[in-house]
Order: sequence, then C-alpha cells, then structure tokens
Amino acid sequence: MSAPSTPAPARVLAATGGGLWRIVLALLLPAVLVTVWWFASADSTDPQVPPLATVLDKFPTVWFAGDDLGSSLFVETVGQSVSRVLIGYAIAMVIGIVLGVLIGTFRPLRDFCEPVLEFFRAIPPPILTPILMLFMGIDHALKISLIVVGALWPILLNTIEGVRGIDPVLKDTARAYGLGPVRRLFSLTLPGASPQIYTGGRQALSIALIMMVIGEMFAAFDGIGSAIAQFQATFSTASMWSAVLILGCIGSVLALIFGAVERVGLTWYRGYLRSQRGGA
Amino acid sequence: MVQKSHGADLSVRSVRKVYTGRGQAVEAIQDLSFDVNAGELVCVVGPSGAGKTTLLRILAGLLPATSGEVTLGGTVVKGPPPGMAVVLQEYGRSLFPWMTVEKNVELPLKEKGVAKAERKRLVQEALEAVSLADAGKSYPWQLSGGMQQRVAIARAVAYEPQVLLMDEPFAAVDAQTRLELEDLVRALWRRLGVTVIFVTHDIDEAVYLGERVFVLSNRPTILLEEVKIDLGAERDQIETRTHPAFGRLRNHVYELVQQAKKGLRSIEDARLTH
Ligand SMILES: Nc1ncnc2c1ncn2[C@@H]1O[C@H](COP(=O)(O)OP(=O)(O)OP(=O)(O)O)[C@@H](O)[C@H]1O
Ligand SMILES: [Mg+2]
Repeated sequence: MSAPSTPAPARVLAATGGGLWRIVLALLLPAVLVTVWWFASADSTDPQVPPLATVLDKFPTVWFAGDDLGSSLFVETVGQSVSRVLIGYAIAMVIGIVLGVLIGTFRPLRDFCEPVLEFFRAIPPPILTPILMLFMGIDHALKISLIVVGALWPILLNTIEGVRGIDPVLKDTARAYGLGPVRRLFSLTLPGASPQIYTGGRQALSIALIMMVIGEMFAAFDGIGSAIAQFQATFSTASMWSAVLILGCIGSVLALIFGAVERVGLTWYRGYLRSQRGGA
Repeated sequence: MVQKSHGADLSVRSVRKVYTGRGQAVEAIQDLSFDVNAGELVCVVGPSGAGKTTLLRILAGLLPATSGEVTLGGTVVKGPPPGMAVVLQEYGRSLFPWMTVEKNVELPLKEKGVAKAERKRLVQEALEAVSLADAGKSYPWQLSGGMQQRVAIARAVAYEPQVLLMDEPFAAVDAQTRLELEDLVRALWRRLGVTVIFVTHDIDEAVYLGERVFVLSNRPTILLEEVKIDLGAERDQIETRTHPAFGRLRNHVYELVQQAKKGLRSIEDARLTH
C-alpha cells in the first residue's frame, strides 16, 4: 500500500534536501520582517518606536549587565517565566488528560459534564484573571493557576473528543482479548486519543503563554510580563521592545520543541493518514 | 511445546437478536439453538446479511442477545470469556495502528501473562505460520489488506485460545494463500484441540474445513440445517476437494444457501437434487 519503493539514497537526499529547503523557507519571513523593521524604524524620532538599532544596542546592557551570566536579568527573567509556564502547562496537561479520559470513557459522565464544558469553553481565559485574583490574591500560586485554568480547556475538550472517537472495532478487539484497565489505557485509550491530545496541547501552549504574560503584568515582580510592564511604566521603550522580542523567542522555541515531540509521537499517525488516503 | 489446551463446549439456547436504536427495529436473529462440542470445528454459512456476524459477536460476548442464552464450558457468556480469540470481519480496523505488527500480535499474550521469551517465540511462530515473518517491524497500515488480515489471524493463533471465533477471515487474501491458511487453521485446531466457529461465505471452504456446517436462513435468521461433514480428520487440498463425497456435500450446501437467499425458511420446503 504505502511501503516505500524509492531507493534509499534518493529518499535520504529528498528528505534532507526537503528539510533544508523548509528551514530556509521558515526563516525567510522573519528575516524579511526584521529587515523591514530595521529600515522603517531607522530614522524614527517617535520615543514610542525607537530605531531597531537602538533596541539591539541596548540589549546587552539591559539584559546582561554585570559579568555573571547566571544572575543576569535575562537568565532570571526568562527562567522565571519559562518555569512558570512549564509548571502550569504540565499541571493543565495532567488534569486535562485525566479528566478527559474519564469523561470520554464514561457516557453518563459525559452527558452530565458536557453543557458546563461548553459554557467554560466559550469564556476567553484572560477574563478569568481578575476573578481569580479576587479569590487567590496575587501570590505565586495565582500565576500558575491562571496558566492552568487557561490551558486546561483545549486539552480537556480535545482529549474527550479523541477518546470518544476511538474506532469501536479496536475497542471490541481490546474487550475480546480481555485487556485489563491499565493495559487498555496505555495500549488503546491514550494512543488512540493522542492525535487530538496533541492538537489540544498545541492550542494550550499558546494560551499558556498568553496567561503567563497577563498574570505577570498584573501581579508579578519578576518574569518577562512584569519586565515589559515595568519598562513601559518607566518609559524605557527600547528596553520594552527588547523584552517583547524575548517573549516572542520564548514562544517560538517552546512551539518548536512541541513540534519536535509531536513529530516523533505521531509518526504512526501521519503514516496511517497517508495510507487511508490511498497510499504515497 | 505442544500443550493441548482443551476446547470448551458451546451451547446456544433460543437466542434472538433485535437491533433497536435509531430508526426501526431490525430482527437479525429470530431463534437459534445449537450445540458445539468441545474441540469441534464448525463452519457457518448463509446469505449476506443473514446475521452471521451478529451471531459471532453474541458468541464472543461482545453483543448481548435480546433473549436466550449462550453458555461456554458450562458458564453463561455475559462478556468476552477468557481464553477466547476472535478475528473480526473488519480485520484492518481491528489492528492497533500505533503498534508494529509484532506488538499487535504480542499484546493479548502480555495480558495473558505469558513470559517475555515465550511471547517472542509465539509471536515469531505465528507470523511465520501466516508467511509474515519479515513484516514484524512494520506497521499495519504499511501492509496490504490481505497481509493485515493475516496479522489478525496470527494474533489469534499466537494466543493459543480455547475458543477461536473467525468472521470471514480469509476474505481479503489471494486464492493461493487462502488454501494455505485453511490448512493452517486445520492444523492449529488439531494441535490445540480448540473449539472453532468459522464464518464464511465460501461454501467450498466451509465444507473443506468443517466437521459440521451450519446453514443459516435469511434475516430474521433461523438454522436451516446442521450438515455433518464426514470427510475424515485428514484433509488435503487436492484429495479432499476431488473426493466424490466432497462434491456431494458441497452441492447440497450450495443448493441450500441458494434457496436460503430466495427465502427458504424450513428444510422441509427445500427442493434438493443432492
Ligand atoms: N448495529 C446494527 N443496527 C441495526 N441493524 C444491524 C446492525 N448490525 C447489523 N444489522 C442488521 O442485521 C442483519 C445481519 O447483519 P450481519 O452483519 O450479522 O450479517 P452477516 O451475515 O454477517 O452479513 P455479511 O455476510 O454481509 O457479513 C443485517 O440485515 C444488518 O443490516
Ligand atoms: Mg458479516
């Protein structure tokens, strides 16, 4: 059906060639944008939009002042934000998948929960910020909770969909061979729902980043969101812009890592989809 | 290595199945009663849509009967009984696409608690038996339909069940392989003493394989006849199939199925020339 028939060297060549070409393509637009920014802002006298040259010029002194890299503002800020977002994201993943598997597996539970889930799905997570602040104050737990509450929904809802969509013939097979609950979970339910879980995870990642920044801007003294807010309050526009750049880079790197994990985790799925479409 | 796991006897009492749900109710099985002895090989034939799959799923404990009772080895079947292997009609969809062929075959053995080395051996043997020894590391979706079907068969074979239920398991394989697989099922059956229910639409196959052939009527299904196949224990693709008794039995079953298609509901009404 889809057994590879191209000779191996040709495949490798195509793969690496394709890979290189894709990297070039992926980097092209950012390069163009930076160039445009560079020239468009070059003669700017507007204090809100300093020339990109100034932003980059200030970058080392703002972020890497002092000679100890470990205690530089950059490492501290990025470390705070990234650990926050990762902890929140991981908690959301665990809760979302566990609840999603339960709700997706048990029909009555699903009928019971579905309307409420739809309600929460319709609420944009950032709106929850002031509400959660009311309840939790502005401590460390709040910022993590904001991320969890925002990132949970796409994971939960997609996991439910994924579990529900598992082929009944596979379920029958698992049942006929008497697979126990644990083996069933790891051999059928989780892998069967994994394409949707990854979809949910991807959506959740961007929401987690948004919630991280919002939380830090409202209620933190560290982290990239708070840096942006502070630079803005002190009219250090160039520094603020550099913080925004860093934020964008954090998002891109996390998305890249996610993509790499997904590519490995769903290798079977891509092959499966291709074979369903009728080969090659 | 030959450990004769004893087959279990199967008894079906007044089983009826009505599908309800969306739309109108469909009476798939009207009334079926029969017995299959421990270690017997029974083939089930009947017109398309007769309810063969429905029957098999009820026997497997995957589908509850509307009324009536199935007992296996003396216990009432309420869910899939232990020691049972099935090859479902939707063979392709019954393989886990995220597992290699090997892992697919191995999975039920893990649940059964077979030790690792032994699992490896059983998987390898089963894949060799269906001529897929080289495909172990492939994924099911990399294989042709016929190969996928053989993986599903290998999984059932490796399991060394007491009861083996197969729903048109050779439908997608080519004619040559089909003959080989028929002999594989016969050999396995004789080696393990397993009870086999084999659903097929191929009448020659049913007569070649079975000790008895059950002929079903059109939907709503009843059992038209239990045809005894006395062709002996040793069957041979050439000798058995050219034997006059084989031809007679084959023609008899063929005529029955033909008339069942046209609505025959009682063996008394059959007009048989054989
Ligand atoms: N889930 C279902 N809901 C309603 N009707 C069904 C359902 N499954 C099967 N049927 C009906 O029951 C009858 C028997 O179906 P079944 O699949 O058992 O036939 P079969 O003998 O296996 O046919 P084939 O030889 O084509 O595989 C058919 O008329 C079918 O339409
Ligand atoms: Mg069928």
